[in-house]
Amino acid sequence: MNETLLAMTGLKIWTIVFVVITFSIYLGIAWLARVKDTKGFFIAGGGVPAPANGMATAADWMSAASFISMAGLISGMGFAGGVYLMGWTGGYVLLALLLAPYLRKFGHFTVPDFIGDRYDSSTARLIALLCAIFVSFTYVVGQMKGVGVVFSGFLGVAPATGVFIGMAIVFVYAVFGGMKGITYTQVAQFWVLITAFLIPAVAISLKLTGSAIPSVGLASEVLPSVDPSQPYLLDKLNNLNQQFGFGSYTDAYGENAGKWNKLNVFCVCLALMAGTAGLPHVIVRFYTVKSVKAARWSAFWALGFISLLYLTAPSVAAFARYYMVDDIAGLNGKTAEELPQWYIDWNQTGLIAWVDFDGDGKVSFTNNLTKKMTLAVARSPDGAAVDSASIVLPNELMRVGGVSAAVRAELLADPDAWVAAHGGTKNSGAAAKAELLKLGGAHHPDRDIIVLATPQMAQLADWVVAFVIAGGLAAALSTASGLLLVISSSVAHDLYYKVMNPRASEQQRLRVGRVAIGVAVCIAGYFGINPPGFVGEVVAFAFGLAAASFFPAIVLGIFSKRVGTVPAVTGMLVGIGFTAFYIVTQKADVILLNAEVAEAIIGPAGQGLRTPWFFGIDAQGIGTVGMVLNFVVTVAMTPFCAAPSAKVRAMVDSIREPEDPDALSPAASH
Amino acid sequence: MSAPRSAPADEPLARLKAAYWRRNVTIMSCLLAVWAFVGLGCGILWADWLNQWSLGGVPLGFWFAQQGSIATFVVLILIYALAMNWLDADYHRRAAALKTASENGGAA
Repeated sequence: MNETLLAMTGLKIWTIVFVVITFSIYLGIAWLARVKDTKGFFIAGGGVPAPANGMATAADWMSAASFISMAGLISGMGFAGGVYLMGWTGGYVLLALLLAPYLRKFGHFTVPDFIGDRYDSSTARLIALLCAIFVSFTYVVGQMKGVGVVFSGFLGVAPATGVFIGMAIVFVYAVFGGMKGITYTQVAQFWVLITAFLIPAVAISLKLTGSAIPSVGLASEVLPSVDPSQPYLLDKLNNLNQQFGFGSYTDAYGENAGKWNKLNVFCVCLALMAGTAGLPHVIVRFYTVKSVKAARWSAFWALGFISLLYLTAPSVAAFARYYMVDDIAGLNGKTAEELPQWYIDWNQTGLIAWVDFDGDGKVSFTNNLTKKMTLAVARSPDGAAVDSASIVLPNELMRVGGVSAAVRAELLADPDAWVAAHGGTKNSGAAAKAELLKLGGAHHPDRDIIVLATPQMAQLADWVVAFVIAGGLAAALSTASGLLLVISSSVAHDLYYKVMNPRASEQQRLRVGRVAIGVAVCIAGYFGINPPGFVGEVVAFAFGLAAASFFPAIVLGIFSKRVGTVPAVTGMLVGIGFTAFYIVTQKADVILLNAEVAEAIIGPAGQGLRTPWFFGIDAQGIGTVGMVLNFVVTVAMTPFCAAPSAKVRAMVDSIREPEDPDALSPAASH
Repeated sequence: MSAPRSAPADEPLARLKAAYWRRNVTIMSCLLAVWAFVGLGCGILWADWLNQWSLGGVPLGFWFAQQGSIATFVVLILIYALAMNWLDADYHRRAAALKTASENGGAA
């Protein structure tokens, strides 16, 4: 017991050391880069070198979701997890090729501004503005929540305190440093997050496969110390998954793979790609360098740096899967005394909880959720079907973060007593399990702990674990600060300066910018601490809405001079309307207050509209359909509606021309 | 903008701009075609079929979805930066030549 306490304290001390060091660096950089004028505040003076801008863009792009959640998602989903990898990197390609060069030439970095000018319509501007704010905002709240998870998991503080600390730091460096402060802080954050991600990945890769490059390790055989017969890592995972009733790790589609079929994987991936391309905080990055040439190089550097993490994440996912599922290194078959330290640490958060429903004293982490599971086909390593259907015990590894605090405390203190009080262990504890699910518990550990817990699973040193925590914070803070700056510059520049007070002095605009970012940080922090119930659900769909709303409008606006106001606005409304309606019908329970209200409005769960009624497409992928609808409606209406004015056509001509190499950044003409 | 374009002196420049835009669209379309082929094609649509082959211990479709597509995307952005920077330089060279020619022509 004393040893446990000591180990905890060691990790805590390391964590505090790293958090304090990195946060001091961020604040120091912000102080050195503090700014006095609006150009420095909003576009960092337009003079950031291309590689540095690339690192800042990469830090902007790689959010808490990329760092903390993505590998965990892939780990659970196997092949289909690739949609997040391809969606977020492929979206960057769309952004760099289709949008950014022209928006840079246009000279304003917010999407609503472009749409408003291009379609010469305040309705279009307003629709795009609302979508952009909705998308950015749900995204920022997600980051703030990520900060809370990290702090609560490792420092034992309440998530609210964690969010508050993160908020205070962002507040200081964003308010004083503006874009310049944020840019150079993000360069530092990039190094923290990428080394924090790579060090444990390399260490585990060496440990499992003997290869120092995680991507090579993914394709290699495991070392004899892991498995004497030395199968390929992925073959071993396939077998482990099979053994415990999960789908194959590498199979693309079919009954052995995950829940998504080909159509769904395609739609989800495309929705992520088009949706991410519209995120404003990355577009603004194309203004912070001097020339268009530097902007292109910076885009290349950025994706190069991003790919370091994205090429490593699949390996981390596979390694983590091994440590989770394996019956020697992982949790399966462990008794209470044998549970590893990482389980004990994370158990306190409720994100992972073993409840011994059947009372056999051993953990079973399986895909057998109901007790009825029989394996139809078991496969041998060479892929041939064999007849020995193994028994898959019912799953006992849950997450209880969603249940009320009192029940959670009971469950964590003595799960056996809880099971005994709720129907006991007969029938594999089916009554207790049903009760727990009803109270808000769920099967399988929360995916957000995977990346943070993997270094502990592999028994790496405490300082490595602590460094990973600092990396997760860097990822969350860098993205949050970039987005907050864009939100505040929309308010200070587009609303205050352009609309409310066109004669505002430099000093006044700077002050409004600082106040706006301060207010934005506070609002984001508030919702990070008290997330509205639906935010978690909606974050994943924010991309779909972005894809269905402004992506077609921007692309058509740049590449066609014929598309006018009416078709574009109608197209956007149809795209948003369809997508939002579909998402509401699919996620009615959380979006429409609660289950009763949802049932009253659109009928009982699992029937009619509340099934995936559009070709079985998942809510996450419906943005693709909305986007296609938007395109079709706009293009079909165009021949019957007025063409844009000569002024708008001239504007489109001007953004298509090459940029004058001697001119300063076009945003300087703000 | 539209009025001076019809002036004879600006016609070569307008043609130059149109040519620049056409080439720009060509470069972009080719790169996006590769983007779609590798990402959406190999990584998703044909992934199950490609999975019958393996690269080391990784089934090929799985490899494209989680490794190959990302590496391809980086290369695409590199090619785009090189090609567009070349195209810009070429345009500015030609535009400068046109300007000199028209100044000489105006003097004559």
